[in-house]
Amino acid sequence: MKHTIAAMVENKPGVLARISGLFSARAFNIMSLTVGETEVSDVSRMTIVVKGDDKILEQVVKQLNKLPDVIKVIDFKNEEFIDRDLMLVKVNASKALRGEIIEIANIFRANILDVSADTMTIELTGRETKLEGAIRLLRPYGIKEMVRAGVVAMSRGRK
Amino acid sequence: MKLRGAEIILKCLEREGVDTVFGIPGGSVIPLFDALHDNKKIKLFLTRHEQGAAHMADGYARASGKTGVCIATSGPGATNLVTGLATALLDSVPMVAVTGQVVSHLVGNDAFQEADTTGITRPVTKQNYLVTDVRDISKTMAQAFYLARSGRPGTVLIDVPSDIQKAECEYDPKPDSSIRGYKPSKDGNPRQIKTALNALLSSKKLLVYAGGGVISSGAAKELTDFVRKLNAPVTLTLMGIGGFPGTDELFIGMPGMHGTQAANYAFQNCDMVFAVGARFDDRVTGKVSAFAPHAKIVQVDIDPTSISKNVTADIPVVGDCKSVLRQMLILLGGIQKTPDYTSWRKDIAVVSKKHPLCYKDDAVLRPQYVIDRFYQITKGKALVVTEVGQHQMWAEQFYKFDNPRRFITSGGLGTMGYGLPGAIGAKRACPDMEVIDIAGDGSTQMNIQELATAKVYGIKVIVAILNNSYLGMVRQWQELFYKKRYSGVLLGSQSSKDQKYWPDFKLVGEAYGLKGMRIEHKKDVDAAIKEALAFKETVVMDFQVAKEENVFPIVPGGASIDQIIDMS
Repeated sequence: MKHTIAAMVENKPGVLARISGLFSARAFNIMSLTVGETEVSDVSRMTIVVKGDDKILEQVVKQLNKLPDVIKVIDFKNEEFIDRDLMLVKVNASKALRGEIIEIANIFRANILDVSADTMTIELTGRETKLEGAIRLLRPYGIKEMVRAGVVAMSRGRK
Repeated sequence: MKLRGAEIILKCLEREGVDTVFGIPGGSVIPLFDALHDNKKIKLFLTRHEQGAAHMADGYARASGKTGVCIATSGPGATNLVTGLATALLDSVPMVAVTGQVVSHLVGNDAFQEADTTGITRPVTKQNYLVTDVRDISKTMAQAFYLARSGRPGTVLIDVPSDIQKAECEYDPKPDSSIRGYKPSKDGNPRQIKTALNALLSSKKLLVYAGGGVISSGAAKELTDFVRKLNAPVTLTLMGIGGFPGTDELFIGMPGMHGTQAANYAFQNCDMVFAVGARFDDRVTGKVSAFAPHAKIVQVDIDPTSISKNVTADIPVVGDCKSVLRQMLILLGGIQKTPDYTSWRKDIAVVSKKHPLCYKDDAVLRPQYVIDRFYQITKGKALVVTEVGQHQMWAEQFYKFDNPRRFITSGGLGTMGYGLPGAIGAKRACPDMEVIDIAGDGSTQMNIQELATAKVYGIKVIVAILNNSYLGMVRQWQELFYKKRYSGVLLGSQSSKDQKYWPDFKLVGEAYGLKGMRIEHKKDVDAAIKEALAFKETVVMDFQVAKEENVFPIVPGGASIDQIIDMS
């Protein structure tokens, strides 16, 4: 089962290591992890996506809560939430194929960031399924390079 | 007035009431040791190995309830603390370690005696810090002590580069120690406490199962009052020994792998377990799926991660054992009729009577007999520290403790080499107590160098080595579960051509300027113990006990706790 967790943490060295240690000590593979500043300057927010057994994950969430450097944990298991990932893809694009690729990009509301003689670089934001859909369509052209920022998530509504 | 970082560290220790530190200097902590040289309030115990320093701080903390402090230099000094930190963290012992680090501009440069101390110690500390500004020392030290002793106690390490120890700033005597991400729940939810108590009172076969949380929260009296009020049977984990009087008839022994048959019977047949500050360790539960099959579980623990970790709690209460038990006692005061557990206790008593803890009482010098004699001669009044292995289990089985903080042992990590330094630390905390280190010949040799520390500071402990020339516990497993293939367990003479006593612990004791004794016959035990008790300095007693004695009962690893092998 895939889980998305957010943690508000102290913005200082060693914190990321302590948190990733909790997961690695239990042989949990982190599928994605993002860290960035929040509306409060000395607080960072991490969004962690992991796959694993529910019961073990519940234990990990408790362990996260227990760390002095962790201010708050949100487990999105019981909440409605919005999540987005960002991806840059560089695909082979000869002059003849540019039109097709632009068409695909438009369908996914992606931006073309860069064009060269035989490549195009596309920026795409969205849920994981959308990104995967775009990758499927772009793969036949030959993906030269791809990078994903990782998932960020937030609760819906006023919360 | 401006002070140097090293002086500020000592000011902070004084502020926290620290009067003893254990440690060894080295290049990166010379400024701190320089400041210690003039300090009249803090006594330094120079140990012979940093691991010894950590275990002494730990033994001091367990015996006194205060926070133990150890100091080491960068690199190897700090890495030598790791086992000590892990030992203390797993048994929830409050401890603060201060380590020197190479000068700030060399950090991360593979400098001489550099190690990534905060990186290495992260998994063995509740929290750790690398101080990068002298102005942060006061606040960091305040937070360190607050973290070490509050909530579920644990270890905190502060790594201070040597230039920061020399830098100067104004000392802030009252920094803010609060941490926004850390608010341990102390009192527990009152409604949940009421629900828990009502559940307990609805049981017909209640088993109270208490652990180290009772000791660390100082709840022995509350637990004792509670259990006596209900007249329910109680079992104590290795860490909980002394949390309830060991001589009280309501006490049915320790549960689990080397527990009494009665305690394991009680788990398997009770309809309710009241877990207080105990974490259902695998050495207690055996095979979890077969553990306490008929029981509802009420669990009180200050650490939410200990609740429902191994065994799901039906009614969890997150709170300090002492505070929660107090509230339960108040509620209990208003209740007229409590359940009658008489027939349940009788069922357990039948098992106790049929399968008591025992050993062969013949002409052979048996290790259990030695412990039994220590118990009788000291009238149960000694503070016992143990190493780890067979002797540790026998000490639990044959010395009975009526008070908390009188049985000190590495339960969670099972660290061989803990006993001798642990005993020295405990003696420093309780100078008026008789401190006995029940030891094995294997464990003793893992930190034997601390005999020098005992000698130099006039610390008197009795090192009672139950010498069977084997790594006895492993040998026992090999005998029982590996067809008697003794692999890598013989510690004594390898052949009859070698000297008979090897090593000769009597001579080792004497080499350190202490008293050494060798006891080979049962008839000599009493006189030897009395002589050791009367002696002013540390005594190393080499009891040449039966070589292939086993700890019984034993539940094989991974088996259900009703699959018990007992003495035939």
